[in-house]
Amino acid sequence: MRHRWAWNLSWYVLLLILSLPFIFPFWWMITSSLKTASEVFAFPPTLLPPSWQWTNFVEVFAFQPFARQYFNSLYIAVSVTVLTILISAMAGYAFARVRFPLRNVIFLVLLSALMMPSEVTIIPNFFLFSALGWLDNHIPLILLPVFGANGVVGTFLMRQFFVQLPTALEDAAMIDGLGRFGIFWRIALPLARPIMAALAILSFLYSWNLFLEPLVFINSQHLFTLPLALNSFTDNYGLPIWHLQLAATTLAVVPVLAIYVLAQRHVVQSFTMSGVKG
Amino acid sequence: MVAPQVLGFLAFVIGPIVAVFWFALHRRNLLTGQSTFIALENFETMFTSDAVFQKVLVNSLVFTAGLVPLNIALALFLALLLARQLPGVVAFRTLFFAPVVTSAVAWAIVWRFMLQNETGTINQILALVGIVGPNWLREEGWAMASVIVTRVLKNVGLNMIIYLAAIQSIPTEFRDAARVDGANGWHVLRYVTLPLLAPTTLLISVITIVGSLQVFDHILLMTGGGPANATMVLVFYIYQQGFNFFNTGYASAVAVMLFVVTLGLTLLQWSLRSREG
Repeated sequence: MRHRWAWNLSWYVLLLILSLPFIFPFWWMITSSLKTASEVFAFPPTLLPPSWQWTNFVEVFAFQPFARQYFNSLYIAVSVTVLTILISAMAGYAFARVRFPLRNVIFLVLLSALMMPSEVTIIPNFFLFSALGWLDNHIPLILLPVFGANGVVGTFLMRQFFVQLPTALEDAAMIDGLGRFGIFWRIALPLARPIMAALAILSFLYSWNLFLEPLVFINSQHLFTLPLALNSFTDNYGLPIWHLQLAATTLAVVPVLAIYVLAQRHVVQSFTMSGVKG
Repeated sequence: MVAPQVLGFLAFVIGPIVAVFWFALHRRNLLTGQSTFIALENFETMFTSDAVFQKVLVNSLVFTAGLVPLNIALALFLALLLARQLPGVVAFRTLFFAPVVTSAVAWAIVWRFMLQNETGTINQILALVGIVGPNWLREEGWAMASVIVTRVLKNVGLNMIIYLAAIQSIPTEFRDAARVDGANGWHVLRYVTLPLLAPTTLLISVITIVGSLQVFDHILLMTGGGPANATMVLVFYIYQQGFNFFNTGYASAVAVMLFVVTLGLTLLQWSLRSREG
């Protein structure tokens, strides 16, 4: 009994030590964002700010159009999420239920794209969007996740869900005279709510954290998304203005983190699903 | 109903893949719009006269070779620790996974802040116990080590939860049976749990290899590819050649190399594992 107790204690101690490099960056980001520009570098480092500089958070919005950039990220991520769910649900359903020529070949080609880094196509995509007049525009940032890797994962998850769904309900609806699309929209889709929720989480985060694509396609500061904006809290020499950069980073990270902590079971599940099945 | 997904995929993935192979055979300039067919000259340049590319290729391989084993070992270790049903286990799982949902840019910004030379938090903490830490992000070896370790911390939670799901799906009878036969904890791990996790390990290593070759934002923000290109990797070089130097033909050729390296490493991993199994 005593042995078991010691064993459990050492388990906790080990985990606490291992968790330090995971929790400390968050702690340090938040506390440093409340320090003055000089206090940030104080030695010995102060675990809590001596005086809380809430004005840092005001300055962030004066430095660049941060509210606008925040909104950009938000509405792009929401658009990506809605479109991905809609389009990959349709495609996933078709791959599961509708017979059409080359169905399995097309599905395999889609899947194999997951093995290819999407960065490979950044140059041709740049020319494509340039020809379409979509540079310095949010359209590519919405379309690429919907049809690229994120959309493929979505199509895959949806197909796997619909494949294992019993057909009885849909057969009954067909006898009642509902067409293919009606069955999908009224019968199958409502049943897919859990998988749609998972896909929503994955798509939102995919878009929210995207960096290379906005870096390449967007030039104007007011069109920046958050990751680009965070990278731009620099002085004339390109060096970070730490207290502002960390305050902005805190503003970008904490809301997502808060939602994650509240819904952690669902978030973790979504990623497990995409990993185990993808 | 598949039409939107398939058409979009053709336009934004398949088309561009075909195009990148075609562009790679040209000398193209982003600003002037000039384009000349030069066959394989770009590839010849890469391997004969472009010392930076050769360094970049090695860096990418070093990054992957360092990151993948470290990531998998730590993920497995954490998953085994968290597979026990003790109070607080969910809190730890939540914590280890938190960096996965955090943007790579934010993670890199904070670590860059903490790894500065004398004023960085890590070196200040080391100084408190009398150790003079290196200039983590400005010395060649340390810079690579720093970006690898901080990247592992960022993404290890993903592999951890995949392992965790796999461990929890192993029927307890298997372990119980081994126990009855007199196996101790280590034996159960070595001869029951780990062999049953082999398919998961294969999956995870492929995902992690592909992911490690995609790294860009993390390195751009932490080291800017420096010092002296010591942490410049393939995607970074594609970006630099294409959008800083405007050599879009050459950048496409580098992108083709990224494609080839990813495919090669994935297939290699696959064949090694299937030979074992």
